[in-house]
Amino acid sequence: MPTLVPAPLGAPFSQGGENAIDSVLATRLLSEALSAGGDYADLYFEYRVTADYSYEEEQVKTVGRGVSLGLGVRVTKGDATGYAYTEDLSWERMAHAARTAGQIAAGGGAPAPVDANPIHIPDLYPVAAPSIGTSAQEKLALLRTADAAARGYDKRIAKVEASFVEQIKEVLVVTSDGRWARDVQPLLRFGVRAVAEVDGGARRQAGSSGGGGRYGMDYFAQASKDAAAHGREAARIAIAMLDAKDAPAGEMPVVLASGDSGILLHEAVGHGLEADFNRKQTSNYSGQIGKQVASTLCTVVDDGTVPSSRGTINVDDEGFASKTNVLIENGILVGYMHDRLSAKHFGIEPTGNGRRESFRAMPLPRMTNTQLLGGSSSPDEIIASVKRGVYAKRFSGGQVNISNGDFVFSLTESYLIEDGKITAPLKGVNLIGNGPDVLRKVDMLGNDYELSDGIWTCGKDGQSVPVGVGTPTVRISKITVGGTKA
Amino acid sequence: MSAASITPELVAHLVQTAELAVDLAKKAGADDAEVIVRDGSELTAKIRLGEPELLQEASSRGLGLRVFKDGRRAVTYTSDLRRASLEAFAIETVELAQLSEPDELNKLPDPSELARTLPDLDLYDDHVARVDAAWALAQCKAGEKAALAHDKRVTNSEGATWSRTLGATAFATSGGFAGGYRGSYASFVVEPLCDDPSDPENPKKRNGFWWTANRFLDELDDAEAVGIEATRRTVATLGARKIATQECAVVFDPECGRSIVGTVFSVANGSAFWRKSSYLIGREGTLVASELVTIEDDPLIPRAPGSKPFDGDGLPTRKNVVVDRGVLRPVLCDVYSGRKLGRPSTGSAGRGIGGNPGPTTSNLIMRPGASTKDQILKQTGRGLYVTSMMGFGFNPVTGDFSRGAQGFWIEGGELTFPVSEITISCNFDELLKRIDAVGDDLDLRSSTACPTFRVSAMTVAGTDAEA
Repeated sequence: MPTLVPAPLGAPFSQGGENAIDSVLATRLLSEALSAGGDYADLYFEYRVTADYSYEEEQVKTVGRGVSLGLGVRVTKGDATGYAYTEDLSWERMAHAARTAGQIAAGGGAPAPVDANPIHIPDLYPVAAPSIGTSAQEKLALLRTADAAARGYDKRIAKVEASFVEQIKEVLVVTSDGRWARDVQPLLRFGVRAVAEVDGGARRQAGSSGGGGRYGMDYFAQASKDAAAHGREAARIAIAMLDAKDAPAGEMPVVLASGDSGILLHEAVGHGLEADFNRKQTSNYSGQIGKQVASTLCTVVDDGTVPSSRGTINVDDEGFASKTNVLIENGILVGYMHDRLSAKHFGIEPTGNGRRESFRAMPLPRMTNTQLLGGSSSPDEIIASVKRGVYAKRFSGGQVNISNGDFVFSLTESYLIEDGKITAPLKGVNLIGNGPDVLRKVDMLGNDYELSDGIWTCGKDGQSVPVGVGTPTVRISKITVGGTKA
Repeated sequence: MSAASITPELVAHLVQTAELAVDLAKKAGADDAEVIVRDGSELTAKIRLGEPELLQEASSRGLGLRVFKDGRRAVTYTSDLRRASLEAFAIETVELAQLSEPDELNKLPDPSELARTLPDLDLYDDHVARVDAAWALAQCKAGEKAALAHDKRVTNSEGATWSRTLGATAFATSGGFAGGYRGSYASFVVEPLCDDPSDPENPKKRNGFWWTANRFLDELDDAEAVGIEATRRTVATLGARKIATQECAVVFDPECGRSIVGTVFSVANGSAFWRKSSYLIGREGTLVASELVTIEDDPLIPRAPGSKPFDGDGLPTRKNVVVDRGVLRPVLCDVYSGRKLGRPSTGSAGRGIGGNPGPTTSNLIMRPGASTKDQILKQTGRGLYVTSMMGFGFNPVTGDFSRGAQGFWIEGGELTFPVSEITISCNFDELLKRIDAVGDDLDLRSSTACPTFRVSAMTVAGTDAEA
């Protein structure tokens, strides 16, 4: 019986669990899935326990827990996918889901499933004690600490919200071509939002800061990542933005700060290099392998193996170990991110990018930790090189049109650069550009590569997955800044 | 009746399950409890380039529990609805509540406020439930074929997708509410793709789409007509280019204008108000938009996509005017945010399986005006017609608004060439006040809807002015 307090942390489908799945049962289910035909089938068992705590008005406002358990069954035949799922792990319901997924393949034969063997997977997020199993009081204390730090930063801070969200997910993938992969994936995220107010509420501004990843409570022991640091940072942004001026409108140089700016990369090239779009020739990067798609300074890597990062996975949701995949090398497009279907289409090895939101959704090629590698300039030198432009420091997110390559990128903390110096803070503004065009205009790269703290979530086809991004300080020689001052 | 049908008996069974879980929570020591149960199924069929690409079919259910004990609370969810599991779940939830701190405003509504009789809003069509995979795939095939055949510049396709969801919601509280309802929703979308070689340095694709959706199967537009409209819209974007940075009039197509209407709600609700996360705080009863703007939230429209017979607190739903000829009316509240602001709920609570209630919209509609879209374009003379927006550039605290946009340039009162890779910006307070034309072309396919409307001036950022 799934319970809210996962002690011991074992999924019902694991050995010794109430619905334990062994290779005999898995093979029987895969045979059901392929009973109408098809090339391939896989099973994705998922058990997830989540907890959340929120603190507002100097009170613990909400405490929540949830548990979900289910099986997703996929059958493919050529490029066609049949998919079904069930939350009930009785044989009857699982077999029904398997046959429902198999209806796509009606007609024609199918290979018999091969007995599955465990694949070797790394241990990229060793967590001695998952946070979800540790004392809740300790987490509430962190929320109080962050709240006090934000309020203590400046007396104009009028409102603080702090939250802690954690989960532990156990997955088991079994495939008809013989792979068996099990992984336990911890994830936590801490966040603080502060609102500053002046003149009795006549003027307000908000700021936020957060972080996390595939850590235990040891996350908070890292320098500048403790609860108070996030509280102060949220307050700092809110206060700094109180004096924000109207942002300029039009094309100009933009300097992106290291770390979170990697989401520009995620939008500008990342999505367009997910191989489902290229298999179907719907991306503006289709057919561009071997061509110059960025300035020669740019080397872009999607790396699922960065220890403890939010986007890291030991194994993807199709049972392939994660990898370090070079996408763009010195400006030349060298590879895409694949799931099983696209890898087969292109005749290459899967890259470990087949991911899904939950057992209710089929896997798609998705990013893990997408990174622009560092260059040789110092950040100061980059800022000093700009006569008039924008320095972009914090972001709320971005979006891309895969087909034409246009992307936007929303700034929440940015400053004007005048004569090589950072000057006035600017009101919230969007940057808009076209992926290949903007990457060709990257003309300086800092020597200060930084991985973002663990806050980003990527959406595609209605499925959300945690990701990481990373970049050094970057200069883009010209991009459209969407302010109001024409 | 097919296996997918949601019967009145199933709804009644879910209401009983919700009541059972309320009882179990009370037995476990809760002072009060509130339970939501959802049961739903989905069918998605997709054809791409004439061949099946995806067939997904499944059903799922879940239960969300909120308990109150000594003024403390906890919110939990599970998909395991077996009685023994629910007993343990209720005990653990009551234990969990000890971690929160007392909040005297956070309690169930007064029983006198609860909905007593539920209106029948005609939200369920069993014909939708009876659609099978083969029929859905045939619709997709026909729609995509029509799209590809309509214009030879369509060189590829992101496919045609037919989907349905069927759902039942049951809700019970220890305050005395118990009720449920069922709903159906079907949609069909076609997404053609063109190659756009107009910039040889940077070859692009141009995508577009058109769609139809309704709770009732016979209200859906014809699949071929959807495909042809999708192609018409997609090929029109070929050769799209940036325009110079400038200030000009902006006309919003209803397809993207509705996100402006949704943005109004994001700052005109009780939760944003007490959290100090709205630039509209203190502005109720004053002019916050042009007098041409009236926005209503109406959950009681029969057959409409966002209609519902009771809200997430168990209160009766009702029509609320959010903006009345430019004047901000009392903002939408659930019970808790209403108490935080010292006022009654507007019956606007939404409630997911795993969360607290909060203010939400049902059918949020900007009322139509008298002009046709063509009249608005003619009167505009020169400006930007926006068909889609991108990104998240809105700061609710200050109203700063900046988003990416695509559309067409208006010259001589007509749409001329396609435009992309630009942003449109204006403080939202100004944007609403500058609405100077509202069209007559409202359609209710989506739960947030508006007609064509025009903002007299916004900043468009594109190429350098001298370019």
